[in-house]
Amino acid sequence: MDVLARYESLVDDYEAFLAACERPLPQAVRVNGIKASRPADEEDAVERVREAFADEGVEATPADWNPRVLRVDTDEPGNTWPYVHGWVHGQEEVSALPPVVLDPQPGEAVWDAAAAPGSKTTQVADLLDDRGLLVANDSNLGRLSALRSNAERLGVTNVAVTNQDARNFSLNPFEVDAFDRALVDAPCSCEGTIRKNPTVLDDWTQGHVESVAGIQKGILRRAVQATTPGGVVVYATCTFAPEENEAVLDHVLDREDCNVVDYEVGLETSPGITEWDGEQFDERVREAKRVYPHQNDTGGFFCAKLEVGE
Amino acid sequence: MSEDDPGADDDREDDPGADGGCENDPERFERLPATADERGVEGRATRQEVVDFWDERFGVPPETFEAFTFWEKGAGKVWALHGDAPSPIEVEALGMTFLRTRQEHWKPTTDAVQRFGRAATENVIELPREHARRFVAGEDLEPEWDGDWGYLIVAHELVGGLEPLGVGLFTYGTLQSMVPKGRRRDL
Ligand SMILES: C[S@@+](CC[C@H](N)C(=O)[O-])C[C@H]1O[C@@H](n2cnc3c(N)ncnc32)[C@H](O)[C@@H]1O
Repeated sequence: MDVLARYESLVDDYEAFLAACERPLPQAVRVNGIKASRPADEEDAVERVREAFADEGVEATPADWNPRVLRVDTDEPGNTWPYVHGWVHGQEEVSALPPVVLDPQPGEAVWDAAAAPGSKTTQVADLLDDRGLLVANDSNLGRLSALRSNAERLGVTNVAVTNQDARNFSLNPFEVDAFDRALVDAPCSCEGTIRKNPTVLDDWTQGHVESVAGIQKGILRRAVQATTPGGVVVYATCTFAPEENEAVLDHVLDREDCNVVDYEVGLETSPGITEWDGEQFDERVREAKRVYPHQNDTGGFFCAKLEVGE
Repeated sequence: MSEDDPGADDDREDDPGADGGCENDPERFERLPATADERGVEGRATRQEVVDFWDERFGVPPETFEAFTFWEKGAGKVWALHGDAPSPIEVEALGMTFLRTRQEHWKPTTDAVQRFGRAATENVIELPREHARRFVAGEDLEPEWDGDWGYLIVAHELVGGLEPLGVGLFTYGTLQSMVPKGRRRDL
């Protein structure tokens, strides 16, 4: 089936949307301040990384919305000195959005509920200045080993890794009653990764979307419960399907004490939708943002910021 | 899933000495005792010894580790955590793998050396670019070195600073690359 056709009515410029979905994704890396910063001198991490790339003949251009994200003109950023030293992490540009929205402050306790292979965990660690308890959880042990090697190469030392089903996550191992912030970068149907995985839609079924939506609801509810009153939960997916995005927010808004709130980011986005397939959603889901591939020449994405009730 | 790192793989630091000795529960992390007086588990390194090791071997000042706690999981593998946690704690990982103890010569991990080795002043060998390339590819080298034998911090110059690459074992004129398989690269 033509999955993308489901979204014709949602997207402003459907032709541009389709064309972007067919283009390969630009290569991007994220600068890792934990290792690229040298505290004693003036030059900042981004400039140092760009210089190191330039020495190898690689041009690295900061993204307008986030100078820590560099678009690089090489197919193998993994085979460069900045990579060997953990100064950078290969990460799709739009995937750097949720940690920025989460905005963790050094010293806070943060839970990354579905963390492997750790692109966002390590970005959160960097934003935390590698200080405060960061709990990175995933239900898939094999993927956790990729998370661990990424975290170590990037020099992260404030992370505790757990292997639980996030839907009934237990804080028992830790000395905290609740987290200050939680990130739910949910398992999803990954429609928005089509530029990287052109075959991602081949196995698409409505049944799979519905079943993964069930998991997403469970994880997001647990994240709201495990976050302190007034704390922040960010919900993100790399898919367009409203069943996995606005419908999940609607479900959780109905059952947990929380609110969807607006946030600023220098990317072109579209608001969350309040109606899909004959279903009406809570008006507050409008505050979520959809990112379509043609808007910023990235992958597709969905990202919502929730505040937990006082 | 969407954001697999192109360079990521699952190889862990080489782990020759792990044998899961019986006093240690390999599922649990336990904080290292501050000093020998507080040692409960036989053979376990103390915090003092760990900090002294980095100071004496590499000249890394003890203050570097002020905000860190050290943990053992399994026999001899020491982890470094920024901050603290209840001990014992059952988790998959806690901070970063840092140092292998319970063997005659303690061996820092590649990641620990990259993270903390900039502060080192002793037993640091600087390689020219071509040798640095071969070192990260896992090759053995025969550099000029008339310092100590044993584990050295191997570094090279990168955009105006000396940047640690990893650990090398120097014996009989040969510098053996300790870069674990998963971290090797052909640059
Ligand atoms: C989109 S990926 C996460 C990507 C990761 N946040 C990153 O930035 O590298 C979703 C993850 O959710 C995990 N997952 C699926 N079901 C889960 C559950 N019930 N509890 C915890 N994790 C789960 C999957 O194993 C997968 O690693």
